[in-house]
Amino acid sequence: MAITVSRRRFLKVGGAAAGTAAGALLGLGVDLQPKQVRAQQLRIKDAQVYPSVCPYCAVGCGTLVHVVNGQIVNIEGNPKSPVNKGNLCPKGAAIYQLHVNPNRLTKVLYRKPYGTRWEVVDLEWAMDRVAELVKKTRDETFVETLPNGKRVMHTTAIFSLGGATIDNEWNHIQQKLMRGLGIVRIENQARI
Amino acid sequence: MAEPMGFFTDTSVCIGCKACEVACKAWNQLPARNGGKVQLSGISYDNTVELNGIQWRHVKFIEDFTPDRSTERWLMMSDVCKHCVQAACLEVCPTGAIIRTEFDTVVIQQNVCNGCRSCIAACPFGVIEINPETNTAMKCTLCYDRLQAGMVPACAQACPTQSIQFGPISELRQRAQQRLEQLHAAGVMQARLYGHDESILGGLNAFYLLLDEPGKYGLPANPQLPSRNLAPSAALSAAGAVALGLLGLVGLRKQRMDRLAAEERGQGEGSHAG
Amino acid sequence: MAENHPVAYRYVAEAKRRGSKLISIDPRYTRSSAMADLYVPLRSGTDIAFLGGLIRYMIENEKYFKDYVVNYTNAATIIRDDFQDTEDLEGVFSGLKEAPQGTFQKYVYDNATWQYKRTAAWDAAKAREEAMKAATFAEMIQKMVPPPAEKDPTLQHPRTVFQIVRRHFSRYTPEMVEQICGTPKELFLRVAEMLAENSGPEKTMTFVYAMGWTQHTYGVQNIGAAALLQLLLGNMGRPGGGILALRGHATIQGSTDIPTLHHSIQGYMAHPDARRKHDTLRDYILTETRPTSYWANLPKFMVSYLKSMYGDAAKPENDFGYDWHPKIAGDYSFMASFHAMALGEIKGAFFFGQNPATSIHASLIRRALANLDWMVVKDNFEIETAAFWYKSPEVQSGELKPEQIKTEVFLFPSAQVAEIEGTFTNTARLIQFHEKAADPPGDCRSDAWFTHQLALRLKKLYADSTLPRDEGFKNLTWDYDYAPGTYPTNTRIQGEPDVMKIWREVNGFKTETGELLKGFGELKDDGSTTCASWIYCGAYPEEGRFLPANHTPDPDDKPGTHLGWGFAWPANRRILYNRASADPNGNPWSERKKLIWWDAGQKKWVGYDVPDFPATKAPDTPAKPGATGLDAHDGKSPFIMIADGKGWLFVPVGLQDGPLPTHYEPMESPVPNLLYPKWQNNPIAKVYEHERNQLATIGDPQFPIVLTTYRLTEHHLAGGMSRWLPWLAELQPELFVEISPELAAEKGIKNLDMVRITSKRGTIVAKALVTPRLRPLTVAGKTVHQIGMPWHWGFMGISVGDVVNDLGAWVADPNVQIHEMKALLVNVEKAQ
Repeated sequence: MAITVSRRRFLKVGGAAAGTAAGALLGLGVDLQPKQVRAQQLRIKDAQVYPSVCPYCAVGCGTLVHVVNGQIVNIEGNPKSPVNKGNLCPKGAAIYQLHVNPNRLTKVLYRKPYGTRWEVVDLEWAMDRVAELVKKTRDETFVETLPNGKRVMHTTAIFSLGGATIDNEWNHIQQKLMRGLGIVRIENQARI
Repeated sequence: MAEPMGFFTDTSVCIGCKACEVACKAWNQLPARNGGKVQLSGISYDNTVELNGIQWRHVKFIEDFTPDRSTERWLMMSDVCKHCVQAACLEVCPTGAIIRTEFDTVVIQQNVCNGCRSCIAACPFGVIEINPETNTAMKCTLCYDRLQAGMVPACAQACPTQSIQFGPISELRQRAQQRLEQLHAAGVMQARLYGHDESILGGLNAFYLLLDEPGKYGLPANPQLPSRNLAPSAALSAAGAVALGLLGLVGLRKQRMDRLAAEERGQGEGSHAG
Repeated sequence: MAENHPVAYRYVAEAKRRGSKLISIDPRYTRSSAMADLYVPLRSGTDIAFLGGLIRYMIENEKYFKDYVVNYTNAATIIRDDFQDTEDLEGVFSGLKEAPQGTFQKYVYDNATWQYKRTAAWDAAKAREEAMKAATFAEMIQKMVPPPAEKDPTLQHPRTVFQIVRRHFSRYTPEMVEQICGTPKELFLRVAEMLAENSGPEKTMTFVYAMGWTQHTYGVQNIGAAALLQLLLGNMGRPGGGILALRGHATIQGSTDIPTLHHSIQGYMAHPDARRKHDTLRDYILTETRPTSYWANLPKFMVSYLKSMYGDAAKPENDFGYDWHPKIAGDYSFMASFHAMALGEIKGAFFFGQNPATSIHASLIRRALANLDWMVVKDNFEIETAAFWYKSPEVQSGELKPEQIKTEVFLFPSAQVAEIEGTFTNTARLIQFHEKAADPPGDCRSDAWFTHQLALRLKKLYADSTLPRDEGFKNLTWDYDYAPGTYPTNTRIQGEPDVMKIWREVNGFKTETGELLKGFGELKDDGSTTCASWIYCGAYPEEGRFLPANHTPDPDDKPGTHLGWGFAWPANRRILYNRASADPNGNPWSERKKLIWWDAGQKKWVGYDVPDFPATKAPDTPAKPGATGLDAHDGKSPFIMIADGKGWLFVPVGLQDGPLPTHYEPMESPVPNLLYPKWQNNPIAKVYEHERNQLATIGDPQFPIVLTTYRLTEHHLAGGMSRWLPWLAELQPELFVEISPELAAEKGIKNLDMVRITSKRGTIVAKALVTPRLRPLTVAGKTVHQIGMPWHWGFMGISVGDVVNDLGAWVADPNVQIHEMKALLVNVEKAQ
């Protein structure tokens, strides 16, 4: 039976609901009255703040993502996290550039067999094409029973590899889809 | 006036991770040199090499080994603007762009700076440079914007080992003294503080615990104010025209500061310096 | 730790301020070494010799924690009379036999002789026959309970584990350690003294390791040696103790728990396997269940898992769909799969956020990619794997030509962490939720979106199939679309799966009512519960309560277990086997080191952590003879997942390459094995044979230098997440090789010279970084030079450089199929 989950409802319990940065900027006990120059505009003053986690190593440092008008404007350590208490390493401090980076791909690139260049293709077309290829290869290589009579219900001609910086939720549905199809060559960075 | 604030950088726990360098760039939106496409320096793990207009934190690496490895040390130190109490840059700035803030830190107002480079020549620590993107002089602001909002500077927040500590100067000095005593008690007799008292430029609001002579870290043992050393050093080394004008500017600026200080005293507010 | 996990190091820095000692044992002087009280160099690949020396030291000098060892380990247990040690057989254990075809091994072990000596005769085969006739899974398991093992609590019997361990390590003297490791004897002894001084009731000591210990053909035994030592010193299950794996990816723990790995299914259950007695569900359960530990519950975990796969179609009468579930029939690990790809046996491949074109023996991998019919790369940047067909060194050299490569290549752009909601599991088993902050740009999508959308398409394509082979997939439950009207409105991205629906399935619920399960204690083996991952069960105990999103840290004056921050599996326990933090009577070993303890008044375990023990089981509870599960253990047995409740110094089952760690040389070594000259290498190590996968000989004059590889804190892995970021690229902008001044002088190499590094498999170039942090060692009477290289580079990105993994070999640990990039033989020459 289906039970609907109220989005972000659990966060009330967790006490981590997003707020604005201004609310989080207390605690130093300094006099904020400008004396010699006007106060500078804090660029995250009106930002929405989202608690997140660093995607690099397995320490699991908490981060805060600041968003203004739907754009990420800053990512820094979450002082509240008992894992890192606001600290980060250079990679964690650079997470912003994982997101805002001119080198980033934003379109699907496709290279035909024997092709000599990339083509930009439509996302939906590419998904359909990959699904067709998976079905074709699976159907051509599926083994129900080994010569020794053992049931295997698998194909070893498709390989799924990756990626230990991808969410648990992906890991779950990826291994489920692969095993559901009988694809048994499933591997991850965790091996090596 | 708010309490003087600053950095105490304890180099004995610096692990050279450079989180401070990146956190600084991320918060202050500073670019990488040449888009990140640079060459290996060959100086240990230091590839950013200096403080400049786009590099406001810089981690130095000093490999100190004897050939038989009976002594083996890899010293690391996160360098930054010292926010001097007697700030040479502020003294020489002809436009008044460089100010002392309510936190007793030294900030270059970007909308006032005209890129004349006077401060660059004057700084005894080689901290300031022109940011090629803005053509103005830039250096660490001690995250003035964050301070005004009650936040910790980006580098100090990121630092994983509390090598970079931020806080009221008076408190930092106490902590530094305790740490020094702890190290001395542990037999690290070379440990010393640098810039924690008035002996260096009236005090550095970013001061250090070092594990060796300042020279080992490329720090001047006895840096001088340009008002005292301009004639023998800066005037000779800096580009002629600029430097010749500098002496006069220093004088003008000094007068203005003295007047301001007098006014402040007249209003019953104590000096923030010291 | 300071070098690669700076933020984890913050707690070491804090401990040091309070007087803790830090030792850095490493082939090169790292940023961690710079912080250490003691730096200890050793030759890469000789950790078992070093740890074995420590084990011997603790035993011979009676520095082990006797109360702990006698009560909490299997030291007193007696091993079968026919067991023979490496000391008896000159370097191998009893049971070595020729390997069957297709294992990539020369030899394998039969572990029959490594077993406990039982107090009565025990015919496992016959018991199994009887068990197959039982009506319920519980009865089946009950019939598999063996008689208890013989014990000698005085530890004097010559076949006790304790005496076997003592004999096994008797030759690991400080002098032998110096000869093998190149570590001066005085330094080694200083380490031994410091470890002993800092262990016991009042103090604990921890080992922290990363790939320096694992990337060897005996990587698992390296960790085993540390575990053995920590059990001897009484440092397991106690605060400040243990062995900490510093894992290198945000959810590498999660992808091991929810395994995108070929050998296991959810929660560390073995993958159904055609090579084992797994023909039916009952066979699988009889083969895999350990009747006298918490694993006695495996039937519940397995049936609930099958329910999560096949839903209502999984019924008792069809073995809950077990026959639909695929079986493995070979080694499909990373290297084995690229080996198969190199032989043309793989047609299609997915690469999600992983970059094999720069991985182990990468030149061979890049050639293998050209054998594929199709491949999908999903990443943030155009990584080397995606670009192999036009940009790889093999194409640059003309060996491969794009117009001759058939592979159809897709490169899908990915959403990044702040653009997705989901969870990571960190290296301390802590599951933490991250929110979505903004939409990703363009056609960037989450990986979960990709898999979900692919599955929906395949479901349609197979909808009309009537073939029996497709029945399983047709019955595979796939209910991740948001319920009508609940899809987020503040996004332009459509078609994302509902993360909380995925968690319903992972956490599990009662099939009748849909009620979420509060913990794995509620699981049933009759199909009335569904749960994908029993170890993650309880993370989402009720609607509106999702514990990975908990954000309540302990205040500063509390012990700091932070039970209100995230969720640590299992059952939010922060220290595993924490029953061992109390003495046999249930009292803390010391006030300083208390964590949980028995409260006689309340009749339950209390303390700062969630007890990893039955909550109301008193310390004086006796074991029930013949019982299954934890009833088979007494109240003094902390290791609840282990068959006898004890920490295993000697490991009778579970390891492929012996019940005790033994020093062997890396597959490429400059010296012979001084301990066991007849057995140079791990006798059952794997070699994936290929004409391009050749190995240097022992002391090969062409390749006299030991190369070790590593990461820098400024980069991540092969650079896919770092060499494209200007802020990181400028910090370590080019590939380098660290060379000692001594070797540099010998080779006429100056700092920043271009040098050529050659192994038996390939040649690369790099800039020399001449540094006294590297040093020659004296090993077996000769000078051995070691060099070091970070392996972050490749041919795409802002910062580019040669692929260090091109030098690597396809050789593997037999337990987990990890490679040996930590100890290779190479030569170094000036390039000009």
